[in-house]
Amino acid sequence: MKPAERLKIPPTVMPEQDPKLRIQNVNEVPLGYTPEMAMVEAKRCLQCKTPFCIEGCPVGIDIPGFICAIEKGDFKEGIHVLKQRNLLPAVCGRVCPQEEQCQAMCVIGKAKKDPAKAVMIGKLEMFLADWERKQGEYATPPEVRKTGKKVAIVGGGPAGLTVAGDLIKYGHDVTVYEAFHKAGGVLVYGIPEFRLPKAIVQTEVEYLQKLGVKFRYNFIVGRTAPVAKVVEENDAVFIGTGAGLPRFMRVEGENLLGVLSANEYLTRANLMKAYSFPQTDTPIVKGRTVITVGGGNVAMDCARTALRMGAERSLIVYRRAEEQMPARLEELHHAKEEGVEFHLLNNPVRLVGDDTGWLKGAELIKMELGKPDASGRRRPMPIEGSEYILEADILIVAIGNSPNPLIPASYPELDVTNWGGIIVNEVTGQTSVPGVFAGGDIVLGAATVILAMGHGRRAARAMNLYLSSGRWTDLEDGLELCRAEVR
Amino acid sequence: MHKILHKEILGPDVTLYRFYAPDIAQYRQPGQFVLIRISDEGERIPITLADVDRSEGSITLIIQSVGKTTLKLAQMNVGDSIPDIAGPLGEPTHIELLGHVLCVGGGIGTAPLYPVAKAMKDLGNRVTSIIGARSENLLILEDRMKAVSDKMVITTDDGSKGKKGLVTDAISELVESGEKFDQCVCMGPPIMMKFVCLLTKKLGIPTIVSLNPIMVDGTGMCGGCRVTVGGKTKFACVDGPEFDGHQVDFDEMMARLNTYKNHERKALEHYSKETGCRLEASLNKGESK
Repeated sequence: MKPAERLKIPPTVMPEQDPKLRIQNVNEVPLGYTPEMAMVEAKRCLQCKTPFCIEGCPVGIDIPGFICAIEKGDFKEGIHVLKQRNLLPAVCGRVCPQEEQCQAMCVIGKAKKDPAKAVMIGKLEMFLADWERKQGEYATPPEVRKTGKKVAIVGGGPAGLTVAGDLIKYGHDVTVYEAFHKAGGVLVYGIPEFRLPKAIVQTEVEYLQKLGVKFRYNFIVGRTAPVAKVVEENDAVFIGTGAGLPRFMRVEGENLLGVLSANEYLTRANLMKAYSFPQTDTPIVKGRTVITVGGGNVAMDCARTALRMGAERSLIVYRRAEEQMPARLEELHHAKEEGVEFHLLNNPVRLVGDDTGWLKGAELIKMELGKPDASGRRRPMPIEGSEYILEADILIVAIGNSPNPLIPASYPELDVTNWGGIIVNEVTGQTSVPGVFAGGDIVLGAATVILAMGHGRRAARAMNLYLSSGRWTDLEDGLELCRAEVR
Repeated sequence: MHKILHKEILGPDVTLYRFYAPDIAQYRQPGQFVLIRISDEGERIPITLADVDRSEGSITLIIQSVGKTTLKLAQMNVGDSIPDIAGPLGEPTHIELLGHVLCVGGGIGTAPLYPVAKAMKDLGNRVTSIIGARSENLLILEDRMKAVSDKMVITTDDGSKGKKGLVTDAISELVESGEKFDQCVCMGPPIMMKFVCLLTKKLGIPTIVSLNPIMVDGTGMCGGCRVTVGGKTKFACVDGPEFDGHQVDFDEMMARLNTYKNHERKALEHYSKETGCRLEASLNKGESK
């Protein structure tokens, strides 16, 4: 096939559940490609000699490689290529912001002057992972010689699971310490079922267990055992405890009944399966009108969850305009399709309650955009005298999270930034304590699943070198030497 | 899995359990709590630790059956197991040599109070305890509390045991009789803690209280347990559970405890339908809590 012909093929639209129907269930919204659809979509890839898409991928997946295999219909080869770089393709195919990463770099998208028309790399990745799961067979890598080195992974989220998967393959003895009763971190407590079915995460965790990774649940490092003890009893430690401290707005009325953090709302709905209450035991507040404050993916998740919990109206209140929203376009699009209303350029200044202490509305002030601020986005400025009350019985605060302070607070040996993030060497993930590495949101603040996995991937490589060489200072230089071999 | 090693009925709807949980027993300090989940569909509920036995690898929890989870748990027996106990969580009580410590426990609150009273006594403090309940059969840990107290007063609302009246009456009487306290530690129903704090504030006795608000994870992640202390929002799970009682906004805290009141009722109704047993008595109690 000639490149010109490939360019002519339109993007293959993935079928989705009808918006009106899907807000009545928690099933996944996209229905997946058929093998035929995937093979057509794969034909759109030009197989560039210098594949920019790989540069856009935080874990450096051989994207043209797996797409080429799909085009040939060799899905087994495709999943093999994919898994060399990404242990959690079913997750990443669904939740990575491809439009800012691989697909933003895709030549097709550039030629069409629209990243939305790039090769649907994420959807193809999802297809392969789902294909493998449906086969029910998982290719396990060949047995490796055990090194006898003990590694503790603190936190079973995307970063920790990536490190665990990589280090077990190098032959180390890996244990993941997870505070919850299930592994997956934000993948199980945060991202809703309709965006990432929990069975998929469970399969990925079981795969790691099959490889030999041990999981200790309900184990809160820093409480169940002191951090120092875990450090002492292991040859290396990776801290990936995430950004689990919800930020609140600090406005009057924030402790009224019916006001809750996105973390609490989503954890109840997802991890604790409150959508099945009272068949399951964890309750969740249901409102007729639900306001979600924030403009990121988490805010979209909350607003869409609220609809599924039976809200008559679900509104997003965001202080900037749509162009400044950090949410992925796809999430925004899905939310709009489902009937989420957007009150943009609005900011809560006060929450008002009834005489039982339950929320009855939010006083909002209208905003206008001023000059760009430190983030490069135009700063929202309140318009004086524009306050008004928006009635609602539930308000979810989805304005971000700070790094979880539990480990830094109980282990002062670790150097942290003034906002509580653990300070690491960016290349290796090394912290200020020899043998201790960190990555993901505990370093980045609230970021994305794939960035956390990229961190995990880099840290795992450095940890392996550290475990085999015992070298701590200038570990980065040692990595440089073996980089050519790895890349 | 955590096996029930021992089960003892302490009173109507109040049960003491010893669970096998060696990791938690090893590092737990007085004042800390755990989150338990009794089945795969279960909710996570916070329970303050009443005691540990490191040689047995066990933790002691004293639990009042008020909701679906606690009622289901009460149906379980020695040898049965529950899937999840996470902890120990929260900041431990600051135990120091203060002089004369007044320990005030109300109802089930005497359970978490006991390890604190014991630690205070072990360090050489003089300990005076007041334990109160609505009625004699609701008093718990009387012997254990007596063993760690230099002096103990019992109060019941109906006068069925000890002095008739409230714990606050007993505090006033002690102070009037000339007792001087350097510190008060108070654990019990929110309404009791509120009135004890109002009184001790007037009497100038520094008072710490242990709060047990609604929480999901217990590690600072959900923020469901936020309470206003000294005008600032705190998370009871990581900043507490103990706070300066004179600074706590009890009215807000009590209102917030009602967030899921209707849900709790619904869960119980569902449970009673499921099991066919009558739980009306429990339903009413759930309401009064």
